[in-house]
Amino acid sequence: MTGPGAWGADGVSVRFGARQALDRVTVSALPGRVTAVVGADGAGKTTLLRCLAGALAPGEGTVRRPDARRIGYLPPGTGVYEDLSVAENLRFRSASYGIPGPAAERHVSEYLERTGLGAARDRLAGQLSGGMLRKLGVVAALLPQPDLLVLDEPTTGVDPVSRADLWWLIASAAAGGAAVLMSTTYTDEAARAARVLVLDSGRSLAEGTPAEIVAAIPGTIAVAAERPAAGDERRRSWRRAGAWRVWRPDAWRPDAWRPDAWRPGADPGRGAVVHPDLQDAVCVAALRRELEAGHA
Amino acid sequence: MRAMIVKEFRQLRRDRRTLAMMIVMPVLLLVILGYAASFDVTAVPTVVAGPGAAALSKALPETFQLAATYQAGPQTPETWARDQLRDGQAAVAIVTGTAPGLQVLIDGTQLFDAQKTLQELSALSGGKPVTTARVTGSASVQILYNPELKTSYIMIPGLAGVILVFVGTVITSLGVVRERQAGTLEQLAVMPLRPTDVFLGKIIPYFVVAVVDLAIVLGVGVAIFGVPFAGSAAVFALGALLFVFVTLGLGVLISSVSQTQGQAIQLAVMTLLPQVLLSGLIFPLSSIVAGVRWIAYLLPLTYFTVISRGVMLRAEPITSLWPQFVYLALLGAVVATLATLRFRAFLAPGAGR
Repeated sequence: MTGPGAWGADGVSVRFGARQALDRVTVSALPGRVTAVVGADGAGKTTLLRCLAGALAPGEGTVRRPDARRIGYLPPGTGVYEDLSVAENLRFRSASYGIPGPAAERHVSEYLERTGLGAARDRLAGQLSGGMLRKLGVVAALLPQPDLLVLDEPTTGVDPVSRADLWWLIASAAAGGAAVLMSTTYTDEAARAARVLVLDSGRSLAEGTPAEIVAAIPGTIAVAAERPAAGDERRRSWRRAGAWRVWRPDAWRPDAWRPDAWRPGADPGRGAVVHPDLQDAVCVAALRRELEAGHA
Repeated sequence: MRAMIVKEFRQLRRDRRTLAMMIVMPVLLLVILGYAASFDVTAVPTVVAGPGAAALSKALPETFQLAATYQAGPQTPETWARDQLRDGQAAVAIVTGTAPGLQVLIDGTQLFDAQKTLQELSALSGGKPVTTARVTGSASVQILYNPELKTSYIMIPGLAGVILVFVGTVITSLGVVRERQAGTLEQLAVMPLRPTDVFLGKIIPYFVVAVVDLAIVLGVGVAIFGVPFAGSAAVFALGALLFVFVTLGLGVLISSVSQTQGQAIQLAVMTLLPQVLLSGLIFPLSSIVAGVRWIAYLLPLTYFTVISRGVMLRAEPITSLWPQFVYLALLGAVVATLATLRFRAFLAPGAGR
């Protein structure tokens, strides 16, 4: 789905010394859509986002991004000055992007009110809680009304209420036409995105809409109370929500994993087959990579 | 406790710079200070002027090291001698053929040379203390620029330089590295700001603070300690400008090679300490052993101290101070170039190859 107007990276590789942080990764960020990058810690999410934001030049591959004036970026450390107040931080950011005072003031007030930061306007950023600080970072990234909004784990370590506020901010930026590229460690959050890129050890495991990624899982996924005793089944199992999930790549299934086509079916004696979600898909993708590497 | 000790050593081993500082610095300081820390003057640079200059220069006591003689010329011998002292060419000038016989002019801004000279003169006149304008036998003695030989007169122009080093190097080095440590540097790098905008935007506030500081030090020096400001304010300002330029560049350079504020402070102190000790601020340059003295000639404060003392106390003109100005300008150009290059690399997207 790489088309005109899409920002993104094509075959981007980044190497830090001996470590391959990114290996030929391709991702698109479409205007008006949220694209989520999921993966475990160290998967290469931050490196990919830094390339997109322009903070890092990739060793190979190309990056398509708008002019620096049109990029909003939330770096891993929020990028705000802890010894400036909330309002001072936002004023500095708008001035740096050349946003005229009245327009900046209007946006700032609107965002602060909507995110509940209004009362903290004159507090030093360093005195804010973790969640408020991330909100401030996102608001600051939104100020230039960017065409491309790059957010590095905007919701990590944030309470559920603040998470909802943050999602409102992100969704309204996308609704306003921005291409949003955000990383997250939460698959439930990624499932809300229009497109998802699954990264593992610097490589792209899967890319597409959440439904496409789930539908691409071969075979079935069953729930079992106990971990399979041995063999392939044991290697293809993982723990989730107090039970075990078992991936059977060769098992027959009635249809693609489309919710309307799926009926809870029984696979007698071997646990109930469930409809997988994005988290299962991510686990399967990682397992496949691992098993293929093991066979090779 | 054992666990704590092991942990502490592990951390210390990782922090190479602190370790180096703990081991190398004391040794270095000991060596440098051992050779530099000396108020003893063995040779006082002396000029002799007047009709009997040639003869007198041969009869000078050992302590007085002949720098130049002047028999006759377009200037009167006394004018020539005074100019030599004003321009820092000598600490003592002896003029022959004047009313009581000999006229001894001493530069009071070279405190230790002046004291040594007075000691020598008093020994020559049979152990009687020699004071200003007192005729000793056939000689009149006059101490110029700092007749009471006040330490504050020579310390305050030098301290002005130390304060500029402090603001310029120490505080500036913190300001830039703070961005890196707080993670805001990455944000700056992607913002639509040119590296020069960031560089100048970062430096100008410190420059303003340094200038205000300098004005306060000079104001206090003149108003409270009565230090004269005899020379040209413009020459002084030019010298201060060049010097601040060097120290600010040094601060940015230190910042760009440091990962943390702690490292930046360490490095900044490593540049501050030798400047305070070796620049001639405390110990006279001539008393420093030659093997260590060359270090002094690399340090910017050495040159600023010469400029500030010369201009403030002796009204030394730029015509005799130009080597100091040229050196500071060169040093400034080198430091600023390095700092800008490092700063650009620091801000530009790093290459991940």
